[in-house]
Amino acid sequence: MAHSKKLKNRSDMVKAILVLLPSVVLVAVFVYGFIFNTIYVSLTDWGQGAGLAEHPVKHWVGLGNYRQLFSGFIYGRFRQDLVNTFFYSVILLVGTLFLGFLLAVLLDRKIRHEGFYRTIFLYPMALSFIVTGTIWRWLLAPNGGLNLLPTFLGLKKGEFLWISSRKAILTFNWQHLLSILFFIAALVFLMLLLRAVRNRIHRKMVIHSALFSSSLLLCAISRWLLPPLLPFEEIHGFNLATLGILLAAIWQYSGYTMALYLAGLRGLPESIRESSRMDGAGEFTYYWKIAIPNIKPITLSAVIILSHISLKMFDLIYAMAGADNANTGHPSVNMYLTTFRANQFAMGAAIAVILFIMAALFVIPYLMHSHKQRREG
Amino acid sequence: MKKSIGLLIVLSLMVSAGLFAGGQEEEKAPASPMDVEQVVLTDKAPSGDLELFSWWAGDEAPALEALIKVYESKYPNVNVINATVTGGSGVNAKAVLKTRMLGGDPPETFQVHAGQELIGTWVAANRMLDLTPLFEEEGWMDVFPKDLINLIGTDKGIWSVPVNIHRSNVLWYIPDNLKKWGVEAPKTWDDFFTVAETLKSKGVVPLAVAQTWTVNHLWESVALGVLGADDYDALWNGEISWTDPRVVKVWETFGKILSYTNTDAASLSWQQATDMVVIGDAAFNVMGDWAAGYLSTTLNIEPGSGYGWAPSPDTSGVFIFLADSFGCPKGTNNPDATLSWLKVCGSKEGSDTFNPLKGSISARTDSDLSLYNVYSQSAAKDFAKDRIVGSLAHGVVANEGFMNDFSTVMEMFLTSRNAQQAANACQAIAIQNGIGK
Repeated sequence: MAHSKKLKNRSDMVKAILVLLPSVVLVAVFVYGFIFNTIYVSLTDWGQGAGLAEHPVKHWVGLGNYRQLFSGFIYGRFRQDLVNTFFYSVILLVGTLFLGFLLAVLLDRKIRHEGFYRTIFLYPMALSFIVTGTIWRWLLAPNGGLNLLPTFLGLKKGEFLWISSRKAILTFNWQHLLSILFFIAALVFLMLLLRAVRNRIHRKMVIHSALFSSSLLLCAISRWLLPPLLPFEEIHGFNLATLGILLAAIWQYSGYTMALYLAGLRGLPESIRESSRMDGAGEFTYYWKIAIPNIKPITLSAVIILSHISLKMFDLIYAMAGADNANTGHPSVNMYLTTFRANQFAMGAAIAVILFIMAALFVIPYLMHSHKQRREG
Repeated sequence: MKKSIGLLIVLSLMVSAGLFAGGQEEEKAPASPMDVEQVVLTDKAPSGDLELFSWWAGDEAPALEALIKVYESKYPNVNVINATVTGGSGVNAKAVLKTRMLGGDPPETFQVHAGQELIGTWVAANRMLDLTPLFEEEGWMDVFPKDLINLIGTDKGIWSVPVNIHRSNVLWYIPDNLKKWGVEAPKTWDDFFTVAETLKSKGVVPLAVAQTWTVNHLWESVALGVLGADDYDALWNGEISWTDPRVVKVWETFGKILSYTNTDAASLSWQQATDMVVIGDAAFNVMGDWAAGYLSTTLNIEPGSGYGWAPSPDTSGVFIFLADSFGCPKGTNNPDATLSWLKVCGSKEGSDTFNPLKGSISARTDSDLSLYNVYSQSAAKDFAKDRIVGSLAHGVVANEGFMNDFSTVMEMFLTSRNAQQAANACQAIAIQNGIGK
């Protein structure tokens, strides 16, 4: 009896392996194989000379392409793209979470025709970025759309160049990127240190003070001792032309965030709300002190889902601002142009690898988190 | 935990291997040695499939369809597959073509801008057939202008058959508007600056531009005007460095011209820039002569009386051309059908069917001018007598790599307006893309 059960187990396992094998092989080749091939290509010089020949000559150049991207004379556009990506991510996240939560709170108050509003708010999610982009390009045209709004109140026509402004704010010099990064790290550790001091956790006090002082030291070293990252000044910052694109992206995804939050808010038992009322908490206190801390997991998954969206804004930017508007640039657009327009395949691959690493920075913490949860659960 | 440490070690090893191997990067990849293969002319009647790869859709589709009709009436045994990938100036089509060529599945023939865009990409990669025998057999050496043949060929051969010619250095305006403002179309850039001041004081934008490629388009007209035809050619042959004071002056003049343009350029299409001229928000626009097609056909304005044109300032007597052309890639399934297609493209009948519909002129000097409108007739006359130079923005004088990087330099310049910096950056990208060794 036991014997046959074991046999059955084994044949089950064989079946399982046979069923899984094709997809494992396909994923191995078409996902991981290609990832490694792209990494390999990014370390060669494919694209110089006869890049499109039947058997192109490729030479190993190590990290040469990456060095070019971060400190080469003619790759300033890529560096601006990186800065843009940072602002795209941060503002998209903050804007969407805030707006989504606000909409969810409004709907949570059991208003009439809630289903109708829910559909309206969720609807943009069903559109593709190309459609969103085309609609918003019209809305944000310099001589139409949003700029006409003030005229309805009898004011002068707006002149803001939503997607074609050339102004930048919050500028910094790329030469000093390293020292700026270390300085920000030092600030973060200082805050952690202060918190540890307040909570009197001795171990953390030691760790954070060590981290704080070492990052401050690194900041000083990279500022005054090491040669600057670039031999010339290069100013990057938050381009106001990205505002229009962010507006469209936030419009598209706040409804989705609203749905996530609404589900979370509805999931809280009614008794909590009632007891908080009994204790004299107003609506604001209820959401701020009770609801938000309780739906933290929802915020986390929303952050994960939204943060990688900022990495695939290719079509939105392409539709709204066009490929050549460097002010709204994004590494993905740059990768496409470098690879398929300039035929610099290795350089394009290097940009792709950097994008891949950025995506990994968002996804891996999430995977680790959910893995930990599963083990604990 | 252990696993992740292992992974970290492997990763750091890979990274450091990459770092240390970086020393060998000096060696540049040499282009593989060219073994030029010529097309083989046969008298066989072609049959089978002809896959025709282009980006002519929308407004441009009827012209292509007319040309295909001519072909089908001559070669009824061939089944034409019209493989069009939409997208302005072929952005999407070129990407699709590249993946197909690299994957070993070339179409029988494909549309490409004549000149370096083809030569620097597909001829350098040794994937095209030399068409010299075809040109000789069809007598095209005599009917195409010599300047043109020089620009679409190299010392190794001639690589494509132009089906049309567009002019790039044209200044467009509305005569009635100019009369109203009391100005005339400028002959030189100095004229332009005086005229522009008058226009500015009347609240009119002197020169309308649109998104980056139209600014590149304007740049080549300015470069030709400031440098003159000889130096302009010398720049592309590498006889003049990009950091030469003459070229820096191009950027300086260009920067000054930009100060008379509209600020919302980056969000406009070229048609919208032309519209600004038509409705009187702007006085002038430098655009290729597809604008004539837009003005006469789409907006229904009479050429000559309704809208006017002149060579862009300082460029009279010179014709910046660009051309769409077809070539013959190596390793296609049906080279006979390709050759018969190319014969139709270059023939008088073919080009006189195609061009009046496309709004361009024929590359042949013997075309039937009565078929064309007033604007095209004047362009054809200029094409026959003017000095011909190639366009940068449309792929005649520089390869795709340079064109792409030039757009980046232009974006940099539009923000910084620093002429010397732009000149230095151009020198860097010229070296990187092997322009004028």
